[in-house]
Amino acid sequence: MSQTTIDPRSLRAPPRRPLRLSWSDERVRAIVWQVLVVGVIGAIVWWLWSNTVHNLEVRRIATGFGFLGREAGLPIAESLIEYSPTDTYLRALTVGLLNTLKVAVVGIVLATILGTVIGIARLSKNWLLAKIAAVYVEVIRDLPLLLQLLFWYALLQGLPGPRQALNPVQGVFLSNRGLKLPWIEWQDAHSFALIAFLLGAAGTWLYRRAAIAKRMQDGRPRAVWPVAVGAMLVLPVAVWAALGAPWVVDWPALRGFNFRGGLNMSPEYFALLLGLTLYTAGFIAEIVRAGILAVPGGQWEAAQALGLHPGQVLRQIVLPQALRVIVPPMTSQYLNITKNSSLAVAIGYQDIVSIANTTLNQTGQAIEGIAIIMLVYLTISLSISFFMNWYNARIALVER
Amino acid sequence: MSDITLDTAAAKVPKAAPRTPPASQIGLPAWLRANLFSSWINTAVTLVVAYFLVRWAIGFVEWGIVNAVWSVPDNQTQACRDLRGIGACWAVITEKHRFILFGTYPYEEHWRPALCVLLFVGLYIVSAMRRFWRKELALVWIGVLTLIGVLMWGGVAGLTYVPQERWGGLVITLILATFGLAFAFPLAIVVALGRRSSLPAIKALCVLYVELIRGVPLISLLFMASVMFPLFLPEGMNIDKLLRAQLAIILFAGAYLAEVVRGGLQSLSKGQYEAADALGLSYWQKTGFIILPQALRMVIPPLVNTFIGFFKDTSLVLIIGIFDLLTAGKTAIIEPAWQGFGIEVYLTVGAIYFVFCFAMSKYSQGLEAELNRHRAR
Repeated sequence: MSQTTIDPRSLRAPPRRPLRLSWSDERVRAIVWQVLVVGVIGAIVWWLWSNTVHNLEVRRIATGFGFLGREAGLPIAESLIEYSPTDTYLRALTVGLLNTLKVAVVGIVLATILGTVIGIARLSKNWLLAKIAAVYVEVIRDLPLLLQLLFWYALLQGLPGPRQALNPVQGVFLSNRGLKLPWIEWQDAHSFALIAFLLGAAGTWLYRRAAIAKRMQDGRPRAVWPVAVGAMLVLPVAVWAALGAPWVVDWPALRGFNFRGGLNMSPEYFALLLGLTLYTAGFIAEIVRAGILAVPGGQWEAAQALGLHPGQVLRQIVLPQALRVIVPPMTSQYLNITKNSSLAVAIGYQDIVSIANTTLNQTGQAIEGIAIIMLVYLTISLSISFFMNWYNARIALVER
Repeated sequence: MSDITLDTAAAKVPKAAPRTPPASQIGLPAWLRANLFSSWINTAVTLVVAYFLVRWAIGFVEWGIVNAVWSVPDNQTQACRDLRGIGACWAVITEKHRFILFGTYPYEEHWRPALCVLLFVGLYIVSAMRRFWRKELALVWIGVLTLIGVLMWGGVAGLTYVPQERWGGLVITLILATFGLAFAFPLAIVVALGRRSSLPAIKALCVLYVELIRGVPLISLLFMASVMFPLFLPEGMNIDKLLRAQLAIILFAGAYLAEVVRGGLQSLSKGQYEAADALGLSYWQKTGFIILPQALRMVIPPLVNTFIGFFKDTSLVLIIGIFDLLTAGKTAIIEPAWQGFGIEVYLTVGAIYFVFCFAMSKYSQGLEAELNRHRAR
């Protein structure tokens, strides 16, 4: 068939009729329906809006975001940036936002790892392991998250005090004041090593791209791993050693009535993180399992017949196909973790919802408070889904 | 001819009794070997997992049954406190179960919410049976939900009037979930159709609604219902708190269900739409007789999964202080005598949620298998 063939149907598009003002013309009907629906919804919104304006006037509530500059006077127990109750509401809300991100990001990472492990365990040939994973998934998904959070919080509250803290491994203490872990004392050398690592990772990525491009031309494979080891392992270690190799482990230790030093997780944060991770891992496990099952067994066999070794089969044949099934539902789980972290308010972890709620109770700025909460979550949701859509488009099957 | 020769050849072979497979290939030992001890690494995994499982199970039985306290005389919880961490205090359930199930509903009238719970369960079971899937089911729903309203409020037929503020416990959870879905479902169908509509203004409105609601957490909608709704209404007009929360749940569920329904509409082949057009059916005839019956049937399993999600999500009303099952459980241990027995209460409340959700989940799996039977070979 020649390339110049034109689909004859495209030449026979119906001629545009002039608009008749009659109910039997579907375009007239379409316009009438739309005007009607938009009009009704617009009228309802206008009615609610005018009621609100009137009510605000009657109650003498000033609208606007001017309150953000006022002194908050609300104490916040944990914060990633410096904060004192004399700071402004804006600063308090920023602290809340950072707390939300802190629990969401850590939760996403942990839930992905745990969920993948459980999903694979459910496919294990070992009957006992597969059954335990299945029971875990069934039970955890059939209980409300809020109930689980309250349960973990109650469990942590029921633990003994710092003096009788559980001490499963040296340096790890679990008590009703939360979880204490040993942590290294962070110094400048560590920051520089981290920067070196990030630069090395970027360099490795560029090198890998170049290596693949060259291989496409001459067909000779080039090993990427020596560059990866050099740039991402040797370089940061060298930077760290050049700056004097500081290594001071900060062990938590009991002083008086509480622990000092080390990495501290408050019971609220720990319960929230635990609940979110365990709950979402149940869902992620099912997604991972479905993704792996979606790759037909023939793909494994065909790849092995081509002479690829098992690692290559997994990396280059199975995973890319499984990821196509996994990524879209995984996106909504990541969004769910972020949105579910708002349940923090029930156990007293001060995330953005909790602080915005206190703010609107203190100032009476209900509309602005809720608008802030919604805006924050919409922004986070849209950013995650944009990123995941971009990633999904990259790994999607490219058809002719 | 060849058949005959084959037959005679077969006849010459001396008959032997069918032999059983070797003992190592059948029965329990073979199953154990294949599933638990097939290699040394598999054996190691089995042993480690079994060790932890048995240890945990023994610990749980000791805590929950052997060392547990089942009842205490009038709020004297000292016996329980002495066993903190060693034995469970089920006495808190013995003492508070009526409160957890029915909240502050008048004590002598507890049979009314109990009957409502049974009615709800009966309604679910009837709706789950495929032989009742017809139009009359909608009438049954209207009838039963009205009856439940009459039973809860009272004030007629010799029942004493019980104001809504005194309702609580399991029945509130079921009311929020059931009424929420009963209203959210039609809304979801309309929105899903609107989102696939060719009319740009209607499509834009539906997209805006769905994406806005799905982008924010349910809590923010519940906060909105509890603090902003009163501002929206004209002065003097007021809706009670439960109804406001119910509205928020309907709006929330509507957006999520709409996406599920839209999935069904999209999976229907284009030929169905075109065939209906070719028959000269109007839009509503096409939608009502051809598209929706097929599309909805296709999305029943994901719909049930979404229902499970909403059943669990109704527990969020705790945050705005509505007295559902979880709030009742949390409130039961506020009293100083019973403080600190959260684990026992949450395990019990969790068991109730689990029964409902697990039943729905098993039902959805069974239904999926049944509806897909024609596809399986």
